[in-house]
Amino acid sequence: MIQVNAMGDACPIPLVKTRKAIAELGGPGVVETLVDNEIAVQNLTKMAQQKGYGLKAEKLGGHAFRVTLQVEAAEKSTDGTEGVKTAESAAVESQAAAAPEGTTSKNQAEAPEACLVPAGGSTSGTVVVISSRRMGEGSPELGETLMKSFLFALTQLETLPQTILFYNGGAFLTTEGSASLEDLKTLEAQGVEILTCGTCLNFYGLSEKLQVGGVSNMYEIAEKMAGASRIVRP
Amino acid sequence: MKEQQEFVFCKGGGCTAKLGPAALRRVLEKLPPPEDENLLVGFDGSDDAAVYRLTEDLAIVQTLDFFPPMVEDPRTFGQIAAANALSDVYAMGGTVKNALNIVCFPEQGDLNMLGEILLGGSEKVREAGGVLSGGHSIMDTDVKYGLAVTGVIHPRRILRNNTCRPGDLLLLTKPLGVGIINAARRVQEASPAAVRQAEASMTALNRYASEILRKYRVHGCTDVTGFSFLGHLSEMIAGGFIAVIQGDAVPYIPEARGYADDFYLTAAGQRNRNFVGGLVEFRRKDFALEEILFDPQTNGGLLAAVDPQDALQALGELEELGFPCGIVGEIQTGEQKILVE
Repeated sequence: MIQVNAMGDACPIPLVKTRKAIAELGGPGVVETLVDNEIAVQNLTKMAQQKGYGLKAEKLGGHAFRVTLQVEAAEKSTDGTEGVKTAESAAVESQAAAAPEGTTSKNQAEAPEACLVPAGGSTSGTVVVISSRRMGEGSPELGETLMKSFLFALTQLETLPQTILFYNGGAFLTTEGSASLEDLKTLEAQGVEILTCGTCLNFYGLSEKLQVGGVSNMYEIAEKMAGASRIVRP
Repeated sequence: MKEQQEFVFCKGGGCTAKLGPAALRRVLEKLPPPEDENLLVGFDGSDDAAVYRLTEDLAIVQTLDFFPPMVEDPRTFGQIAAANALSDVYAMGGTVKNALNIVCFPEQGDLNMLGEILLGGSEKVREAGGVLSGGHSIMDTDVKYGLAVTGVIHPRRILRNNTCRPGDLLLLTKPLGVGIINAARRVQEASPAAVRQAEASMTALNRYASEILRKYRVHGCTDVTGFSFLGHLSEMIAGGFIAVIQGDAVPYIPEARGYADDFYLTAAGQRNRNFVGGLVEFRRKDFALEEILFDPQTNGGLLAAVDPQDALQALGELEELGFPCGIVGEIQTGEQKILVE
């Protein structure tokens, strides 16, 4: 295994260093590259996809990422190497799962692939989509109460969602006067990304009243939803 | 890396040094919108420059752009930075009148170097037909240079970037791939020919292409810079259009293809992919072409939506400027989307 330290390097340097290490392997093996930004992880991912390398990307905390590349014999060989491949990738996998301070060690043990960066960019886990200030049809008053307890219940989940998107009437929940601000701030403090549609804030005249999370746009909303592993709509 | 970093002139600058579009949009959205009916073009439509109407038939076009060096030669860098800043006026269809320098330079830096940068910049302002009338300088650890530019335009002849029409053909006036070539160059892997072509493109004023395009029915125009061909194209079709791009027709510096396949890729290119990738459908499998289309350009060409009856003739004139250029696609009705065939 060759380790490459590309912390502090801007692209294309991490890619260049990693390719050099792969060349040094001279055959099957593992190259582990440390980088300090997610974009470099994504560029390395593209390279792995083009070259057919096995890939594992992990966030080590702060601004450190480790990308582990599993290189087979000279560019995608065909015959009998399958067995070797799985054995070796399993080794990489377990090694990585045992690694110190992953994002949440519990997550990693349960689903080691959760850290894999899929094709073309940003990954999301569970995305919760809130499109109204109320939950369900029927009495509006009951609907508001239900939504408040739903958002509170989110804070109690074992595995928190990665992102919560608020649009249309949902914008009333992240802005002044919302009964759920405390719960949402709790979620945000624990790393849940909270985004409210900017157009919606404008429409309802709430732009100045946003109390938690960031403002988003339809590109990002579409991107988050398309990239989600699971979407939850109360 | 550990010791006190020494002064490095070129660290991979140009438009690759820009803040990502996603980050920028989030910040801009929070600013209160300007209220002045004479502001004809502000930052709301992600246009290239601001246009402010002074009288019924006269408006000023204003823009500012600066960045760190992407080449080693200070004078060439000055030319590129100036040509890039001036380009936004041309993308709006305006005429350059006045420019001011904006400079960041290390206190202990070689003043001859600064002189070369400013000389290169002044050459381009002069070529643009404008005057360089002053500027400001700031001490900084790294070099940055650019211009604030004022041009003039008739208020009814503004070339906005999002006013294309279905049926328009898309003209691109310079080859893509400059960002990839600069990335390869940073690790001494770019060929002299590739470097020469990239520099020729980066230093060339968009003035001549703009003056040609103005003679035709151009419905929308922007310049291709840091947000890449696809990024700027997506702004162009924000009103709700489909752009169908013919991959084979896209001009690029030939070496860029091989360098992309060798993964001389920029962070900015990946940011662009993250930002607009969701709007793009690649109907062919061609990794290098994808990278070229997401590649951040420094003072790239103009991208114009031209009436289909005028496009061929306009292209004929543009070809005489000596850069690889082409009709790269078509605007169709439909939900905002880019198809690359």
